[in-house]
Amino acid sequence: MFLFNPYKFNKTADYLFKPILFLSIILFSFGLLYSLFLSPDDYQQGTTVRIMYVHVPSAWLSLMTYAIMTLYSVAALAFRIPFGFIVNSAIAPIGAVYTLICIISGSLWGKPMWGTWWVWDARLTSVALLFIIYLIIIFMNLSFENRIVKEKVIAIFILVGSINLPIVKFSVDWWNTLHQPATISKLSKPSIDPSMMTPLIIMTFAFIMIGISIAILRIKTEIISRKSNLR
Amino acid sequence: MSLRFQRLLLILLTLIIIFSAVLLILYNTRENVSYFYTPSEIDESDMLTKKIIRIGGFVEKNSFNKISSSSFKFRITDEKASILVAYDGILPDLFREGQGAVIEGSFSDNNIFNATNVFAKHDENYMPKSIKESLKDTGYWNKNYK
Repeated sequence: MFLFNPYKFNKTADYLFKPILFLSIILFSFGLLYSLFLSPDDYQQGTTVRIMYVHVPSAWLSLMTYAIMTLYSVAALAFRIPFGFIVNSAIAPIGAVYTLICIISGSLWGKPMWGTWWVWDARLTSVALLFIIYLIIIFMNLSFENRIVKEKVIAIFILVGSINLPIVKFSVDWWNTLHQPATISKLSKPSIDPSMMTPLIIMTFAFIMIGISIAILRIKTEIISRKSNLR
Repeated sequence: MSLRFQRLLLILLTLIIIFSAVLLILYNTRENVSYFYTPSEIDESDMLTKKIIRIGGFVEKNSFNKISSSSFKFRITDEKASILVAYDGILPDLFREGQGAVIEGSFSDNNIFNATNVFAKHDENYMPKSIKESLKDTGYWNKNYK
């Protein structure tokens, strides 16, 4: 399987990289056009609601990236698949950037709507913690002498940090927070109009495709640098 | 039992144990993790202690009183209890009657809540302006949307 073997990954990635890059450019430009110009104003928030089309996809992607890292850590530790370590060190910065985009756009959204840039409620605090966890993973990647030890320590740290994921997701349901609860959940009909749902979905797929194309480049670089024993 | 399966089991068990420990801590400190109290959770002792707290609820209908350009009085409610709030300052854009709000401040001697900060809370509903207009025109606009 190309998702577990570096050589097969390299081969498949060579085929897939250009279509995915092309798709991400198309989706991103169309999604931006749709969300910034074609979608309607919200009945309460007016035009400020357009921040949602960047904020929500980046929030989803920050959680998704960490979930992928968790799965690869399990694969690497339990099933001895070293490709998991390669993926972990390659995609941690991607997740960190998505989390940062989520925090900055959320803060810009919070000031006009809530009346504050930042509050320490359960949702915002747990996302801040997620960002710090990403930073720790990145710094650990740069700081060990012994690669074998480093990889294992990072994978274990990722597994322990994954406890934060359900806390981020459910914080708005478990506690009183200033952040509103989820709009789109599997159990109920989404409380968002189709004319605003469509650009949100397009932007989400655009963010996923951008993430995958950067991930392909980073994983390939990581494989090459390990082959040449630079690290 | 294969070695792989044993390692998987070890990882899963460890995660479950750590996760339940974290959940227990969070469950037992939920009063402090929550960002605000609701008006019905406020009792006499909270009113007497005068420490800084946050109260969240809806701005009661027909309770908003503009005393001067930057001085306001309104009631905050959760449909079970309601609290009179006095606030000097600038209100956020979304602040209006029937809308969710979180108020930070402390009680004064006459049980009026003196707010130092007012945050508007918005709900998870998103709807184009034009749809609201057409719903109103046809009489289907219900106030559940707040």
